[in-house]
Amino acid sequence: MIQVNGLIKDYGARRALDSITFDAKQGEIVGFLGPNGAGKTTTMRILTGYMPPSGGEAIVAGYDVVEESLEVRKRVGYLPETVPLYNDMTALEYLKFMAELRRLPNAEDRAWETLEMVDLDERANSYIGNFSKGMRQRVGLAQALLHRPEVIILDEPTIGLDPAQVVEVRNLIREIGKDRTVLFSTHILSEAQQICDRVLIINKGKIVAEDTPENLQSRVLGAERILLRVRGDADGLGEVVKQVKGTRKVTVKDEAAVEFELSAGQDVRPQVAKSVVEAGYELIEMRPVGVSLEEIFLELTDDKPASKRS
Amino acid sequence: MRNIWTIAKREYDQYFISPVAYVVAFAILFTTGVLFAINFYYYAQNAYQGFGAGAPDFAPISGTFVFLLVLSAPALTMRLISDEARMGTLELLLTAPIRDYELVIGKWLGAMLYILSLLVITLIYPIVTSRFVTPGIDWNVVLTSYLGMILVAGVFLALGTAVSAMFTNQVNAFFVTLALFITLWWLVGFPAGVVAGESARLFEYLDMKTHFYGALDSGVINLSDIVYYLSLIALGLFTGTAAVETRRWK
Repeated sequence: MIQVNGLIKDYGARRALDSITFDAKQGEIVGFLGPNGAGKTTTMRILTGYMPPSGGEAIVAGYDVVEESLEVRKRVGYLPETVPLYNDMTALEYLKFMAELRRLPNAEDRAWETLEMVDLDERANSYIGNFSKGMRQRVGLAQALLHRPEVIILDEPTIGLDPAQVVEVRNLIREIGKDRTVLFSTHILSEAQQICDRVLIINKGKIVAEDTPENLQSRVLGAERILLRVRGDADGLGEVVKQVKGTRKVTVKDEAAVEFELSAGQDVRPQVAKSVVEAGYELIEMRPVGVSLEEIFLELTDDKPASKRS
Repeated sequence: MRNIWTIAKREYDQYFISPVAYVVAFAILFTTGVLFAINFYYYAQNAYQGFGAGAPDFAPISGTFVFLLVLSAPALTMRLISDEARMGTLELLLTAPIRDYELVIGKWLGAMLYILSLLVITLIYPIVTSRFVTPGIDWNVVLTSYLGMILVAGVFLALGTAVSAMFTNQVNAFFVTLALFITLWWLVGFPAGVVAGESARLFEYLDMKTHFYGALDSGVINLSDIVYYLSLIALGLFTGTAAVETRRWK
């Protein structure tokens, strides 16, 4: 559905995209992850036919974004980062206008249906200028879904929303991503972790990693890490854990907790627990800690040589 | 064509919720209305006192209308595209399946329809005059005057749309457009009186008002005047489209 091959974009002397290559299949939700200014918006603008690339090619829904821009635009739904709304229109008027611009049959019915999808049908005749941020975001989403596009591109769709609205929008993305291709950008890593089938990490115009959220995690993680917490003071706790055979990289987290890694193939948790209790500590917690995407992200986008864990 | 119409229709509706459009409508209709009343009264007095005949002239009204356009058209066009850019909705329009020229022509047409609505209201002046004058007024003059007003409005709105496409701030667009109109309407004609020969003819040809005063406003249709105005409209729409395309690269 989306095929990007060696895409390059220069703004004057600055290279914003440096030969990006990736693809996205139908029914796949791809998260586009990266710090601000990494090139996420630029890539999306090229894929939606807003701006031409300086080099490389991109095929969206079977059409070339440069040669057949109009065909691409017919088949793509796009929500830019600044939600493009007309404050002087009602939600219904706005969607009707867009439906007419997209030459959809039964513009009014289509507008109503889409408003129901984003749960705004009760506010159809209210002016967009009076909407809350979350509602504005939903009108923007409705606009992107209006023509039931094959490819949906969303630029930071959850930014500035309150937690309940974020959940709502995420559910909506998951829902529409079932049979369509969704490419969305975010810099919230847990979000990518929750809804994406695949994550692309982009930094300084280059894709630095591409994988499923789970694989990305295990790539950096290597071995299983355990957090151990005791009640009260934990002086010397690290030493106790270190003495158990099969533990490595013991680090003191705070005054009452240490973290350690299990050597491959050796689950020595019972021994650790026994030693800790025998040493007179009151053991209250022992659990595996997953490495968050945050850490992977920092590691991958860091300029300095990354400190490898395993 | 349908895309142009969709854009134009929205733009036209937009004028009826914008205070600027009402101010412009008031200024134009009030001024031409007062002029009409004075003009009419003057001729009626003359006729009553037996000073001679003649129907009230339409030229003062059409002349004032185009003069007011120089000042008010920038206010009508300033936000057409610049404001879309400011609000971020230009990104929406440029990723919708419409061509850049359809967007520009649609914007221009929306503004044109607004001016045409004002012109329809001004039809009341010749109609009223005609009712009071025997055997009626010279409708040819009225007809060519309206053609002239429509063409002049077309040029101003097309050039204004083009300037609006170059700016993100509508106030900047307003002043640049105003300066451009003042140049085309007044300044460009000055050198014609100073230099001699062919170059004088050139400046005279470039002068927008020479194609209206004494020509279209007096019942005279010259092909060259029509061509002049139509080419300026085309130039404006072309430049506007180019400016929108340039925005895609930035």
